[in-house]
Amino acid sequence: MSAKRIDQIARWTVTAAAGLILLVLGYILGSVLINGLPVLSWHFLTSRSSNLEPGGGISMQIFNTIYIVTLSMLIAVPIGLGAGVYLAEYARPGRLTSLIRLATESLASVPSIVFGLFGMIVFANAAGLGFSRLGGAATLAILNLPLIVRVSEEAIRAVPADLRHASLALGATKEQTIFSAVLPAAVGRLATGVTLAAGRALGESAVLIATAGMSSPRYLTFDPLASGETLAVHLWAVNAENSLSDAARIANGTAAFLILAMLAVSLGIGWFARRLDRRLAGQG
Amino acid sequence: MTAEAMSPLKIVPMVPKVVSPAPEAPEMATLAGQAETDREVEPAVRVRGLTVAYGSTPGIKSIDLDLPERSVTALIGPSGCGKSTFLRALNRMNELFQGVATAGEVLVRWDGQFQNIYAPGVDLVELRKRVGMVFQRPNPFPKSIFENVVYGPRHHGVSNRALLAEAAEEALHQAALWDEVKDKLNAPAAALSGGQQQRLCIARALAVRPDVILMDEPTASLDPISTGKIEDLLGKLSKDYTIVIVTHNLQQAARVSHKTAFFLNGELIEAAPTLQMMTNPRDRRTENYVTGRFG
Amino acid sequence: MSALNTGRTAVPTQTGVGAAVRTRLRGRRRDTGAIWRGLFFASAIFLVISIAAILVMVGRQAAALFTQVRPLAFLFGRVWAPEHGLYGALPFLVGSLAATGLALLIGVPLGLAGAIYLAKLATPRAQRVMRPAIELLAGIPSVVYGWVGLTALVPFIRRHSGHVTGFGLLAAGVVLAVMVLPTFISLAEDALRAVPQDIEHGSLALGTTRWQTIAHVLIPAAWPGIAAAGILSMARAIGETMAVQMVLGNSPVIPAGLIVPASTLTSEIVLEMGSTPQGSPANNALFAMGLLLLLISLGLIIAVRATRKEATAGVRQAH
Repeated sequence: MSAKRIDQIARWTVTAAAGLILLVLGYILGSVLINGLPVLSWHFLTSRSSNLEPGGGISMQIFNTIYIVTLSMLIAVPIGLGAGVYLAEYARPGRLTSLIRLATESLASVPSIVFGLFGMIVFANAAGLGFSRLGGAATLAILNLPLIVRVSEEAIRAVPADLRHASLALGATKEQTIFSAVLPAAVGRLATGVTLAAGRALGESAVLIATAGMSSPRYLTFDPLASGETLAVHLWAVNAENSLSDAARIANGTAAFLILAMLAVSLGIGWFARRLDRRLAGQG
Repeated sequence: MTAEAMSPLKIVPMVPKVVSPAPEAPEMATLAGQAETDREVEPAVRVRGLTVAYGSTPGIKSIDLDLPERSVTALIGPSGCGKSTFLRALNRMNELFQGVATAGEVLVRWDGQFQNIYAPGVDLVELRKRVGMVFQRPNPFPKSIFENVVYGPRHHGVSNRALLAEAAEEALHQAALWDEVKDKLNAPAAALSGGQQQRLCIARALAVRPDVILMDEPTASLDPISTGKIEDLLGKLSKDYTIVIVTHNLQQAARVSHKTAFFLNGELIEAAPTLQMMTNPRDRRTENYVTGRFG
Repeated sequence: MSALNTGRTAVPTQTGVGAAVRTRLRGRRRDTGAIWRGLFFASAIFLVISIAAILVMVGRQAAALFTQVRPLAFLFGRVWAPEHGLYGALPFLVGSLAATGLALLIGVPLGLAGAIYLAKLATPRAQRVMRPAIELLAGIPSVVYGWVGLTALVPFIRRHSGHVTGFGLLAAGVVLAVMVLPTFISLAEDALRAVPQDIEHGSLALGTTRWQTIAHVLIPAAWPGIAAAGILSMARAIGETMAVQMVLGNSPVIPAGLIVPASTLTSEIVLEMGSTPQGSPANNALFAMGLLLLLISLGLIIAVRATRKEATAGVRQAH
């Protein structure tokens, strides 16, 4: 076979593989939405789930998911941003910085189920919280920290040195420069990164099963110490418990809702990114 | 500054015909670049034996230079000659780059007496309030026009809205930008043209009320009309501020400066009143440069 | 002030606003910088504390198991029967390694093709479709992967293999292969793009075809980066829990084939963590498995660091 022919075949193969990847994605999204969208009635979204009889909805799970994701971001963003600022603006090459970087990378590689074990022993048991939204959110926050640190550091490093120098040349201190010149200029990228992290928290479940638990309080409450089953955990639990005749219906609806939420987050990221591009273009 | 004066003609015609009679009567010369030969101006900054090295490569070697108060000093020379390095040494901005070592003294008039800014314990923030800087490319913060101008005062403890507004107006007047932006102070700075942005950056530096303003090729990225406006502005500002400007444009140096210093390969070859530098330099290398034989 | 009102260019004055602002400007400033610096540093140190705390807390529970069960009996024990005091984790370890191996076997060739396509063949328009698609693939929650695996893939395998359930390592491997694609593709594409163009052009200028250049020049030059992508995918696969648990069938025995119920370290932990009492040997054994996962992940991170060093050295040499 001639080199030309091989070249052709290889290109076709590679292109076909890329097509296959698209097909897999299309199949997953398509099947989830086709099976799940019909389930997503107003009733399904606004009624409580039931362990005993069919016909339950996911209202508490939606509430718990929003609650836990928000709480976890409230914990993780200040710490992650602070560490990102430290790494981008202060850290000098040396042992301590290498240690912090190694810790960040290691933390990023820890399987989420291990975070779950850790959260269970620390928050649920040692701290005596039991299954709680706070414990779940705190564990989720630690899981998300490395991602937030990385995107913060990158966002801060991407700010042109000129802007820093301009601020320093005006006699601003380093900290004033960070808060007034650097972070405002990095806000687009930071928002993108935080949205990415929130999207990840949204779909996370292994961390939450034994920290936030698999049940919801009987009434609507903002109590952080109440247990809080999220959507992703619910999708798993209805299958694992398998006690309901309409488990498949609920799972389909929950999966479709999760996918729609994820698509919304992706669109949000795209929006932030476009806004960032516009701002940069405006600055010439 | 008239339009003709900006055209890149020969140098000699731009030298002013009028010499200011006395320093106390700073009649705004219609042409900048007045010869200062007969004017004994007290220096605002004295540089003594200043050496800056990047790692092992020397940037500038043992420079001695006086920067006269309330006048414009131009630093000229071919690319890489060390003029920008010298400029950044005057407010210790070089230290923001890693591996830069500085030796020698830069004496800045500070509350009435000369203070070596490289002495231990010098507060960089205080230094940069006194010695401001304008950069090669306009670099407004991603904020409104107003917030850009009051950036310095705000961070130096002025929070009274009325004071800030008046400080902003004054600085924008001084930077000859007020009339163009007074109706849109809350518009984003990024919406201004490049030339307006650069004048905004000048206003931003003025709002801190420095004694000395360093300008690193402030018109390098601007069109000729914007450049003309900024050169005009320099003439006016030099009545009150000590200005040091790096330029790669000889005509610009001739148009705006009172004193010119010529750098080559990290050394200061010659410094003299601009008129003398342009017409009658003492050093052969200066002559070659100003007559365009290299550079 | 008069300067402002007369419309003339204002000059700094020693009276009025000028003086007021000037006095303020030259005054002492309050230095809150040190507090912020401290907070930034504390945040960074928090990362170190977190990973240390995870190691200590998980390690402590695991150590409690090893007072009752010999580490080797845990690691190489073939029987998992807590009710009989047998805590052999080998079935789970084998399951994890097999599922991960299978995932890489399927995912790496597919991912490499995808990376080559994106880096070298795709038109800008095709890239605009592929990139968001891969990001979406990365964003799908793992329970959703598990759910699709359970409702589509497992029945598909059952129908076409004649096995009773369709659960098993094959289903887990396929699901994991799809799940590691985004990680692998984006890292491998970066590696391919990082190869200096002159190397590529040098090869093309010798009259080789595009594919010869890719296969003989580009891939070898990008190899350390591709290897790192593979290792990180491995870390992702071995730690994945929910999707795997949902399609495995969860039988704690060393699997005799690819389409029989099996278990992994992660699937066993998630199944039992809520139902075993804290402090019991069975619960501690879960922590021991967690520790094992943790050590494998950290080992893989160290391996990635090593290949990255090699990669930067390689690029430096290439220049």
